[in-house]
Amino acid sequence: MGPLIPNGIIPFEWNNIIAIIIGIAFGFILESSGFSSSRKLAGVFYGYDFAVLKVFFTAALVSSIGLLYMDYLGYVEMGNLYIHPTYLWAAIIGGAIMGVGFVSAGFCPGTSLCAVAIGKIDAIVYVVGIMIGIVIFAELYEVFKPLYEGFAYGALTLDETFGISPYMFVFIFTIIAIVAFVIGDIVRKRTKKVFY
Amino acid sequence: MKEKKQNRHVYWNPYFGGFLFGILILLTFFITGRGIGASGAMKSSVVAITDVITHDHAESNAYYSKFLKEDKSPLNSWLVLEAIGVLIGAFISGGLTGRIGWRTQHSPKITRKRRLIFALGGGILFGLGAQIARGCTSGAALSGLAVLSTGGFITMISIFGTGFLVAYFFRKNWI
Repeated sequence: MGPLIPNGIIPFEWNNIIAIIIGIAFGFILESSGFSSSRKLAGVFYGYDFAVLKVFFTAALVSSIGLLYMDYLGYVEMGNLYIHPTYLWAAIIGGAIMGVGFVSAGFCPGTSLCAVAIGKIDAIVYVVGIMIGIVIFAELYEVFKPLYEGFAYGALTLDETFGISPYMFVFIFTIIAIVAFVIGDIVRKRTKKVFY
Repeated sequence: MKEKKQNRHVYWNPYFGGFLFGILILLTFFITGRGIGASGAMKSSVVAITDVITHDHAESNAYYSKFLKEDKSPLNSWLVLEAIGVLIGAFISGGLTGRIGWRTQHSPKITRKRRLIFALGGGILFGLGAQIARGCTSGAALSGLAVLSTGGFITMISIFGTGFLVAYFFRKNWI
């Protein structure tokens, strides 16, 4: 049955309208969860606020468990979905650069858009920075190309990587997340409160 | 009466927000077959701006030219419309809770200027990293995890792992 638009169940003309509706929900949820505040976001790295950890892991688990159920019940076939391709070193090095950027600025691109929407000047500067970063990448594309296109494993999924069933992986990941939530709460109680 | 000190803004319970967010990602995959994203819209904007300023350069550059099409603007894309939606949605949420206003949020221990410099630097790094990893926290890590992509999982571990590793050096900015 699904995905609905590629299979023609919802006419393709709706694609753009759905994009805006999904965006509105995305922005509303992020802002309401406090992700327009860089100081709240950065809290995860210093132990005074674990909202990022909780929202991120909960969202990842709800969506992956949901997709596995829908696949199992035949509403959508996992194989027909777009699977983010694996480029081993690009993922590691790109992620590491983003990690430094995250701690430095306290935003990631999605959350910065929410902060721009409510008038945060630091977020506007941050988005300008992202655009400069993209220009740097594009201008030095030849330098980054071996990293960008090398070590390609295609649409590799975690169950193949670890050699276990996807259900088992999600089950283990759920347990890890619950333990992380509990540890997060313990750490936060012992950390000096930060008000922002 | 003893006054309890608390943050000025009260946000949703993170599990509630995360649950709705997960349902949204699920719906997005079910409807469109793809996940959500944020840095993609910024990339499209950069491509479009470069195309307007120096069309020849955009055509000759191996990276920009990937996203240039003869008949349609790079801004005419799903992710750009979605990003416009994000701005609207966050504006509605911020408006309903009285959080809208021009301000630079920073720790009282640092100056506004320092905050803006670090925001710019962090943005440059994030922009560069998101291109190398083909997506940011939303597009690569979160949407990747939803379909159990190994690349998305590695990107997530790398972002947060590096974040914890370097957090010590940036502590003055936050705590």
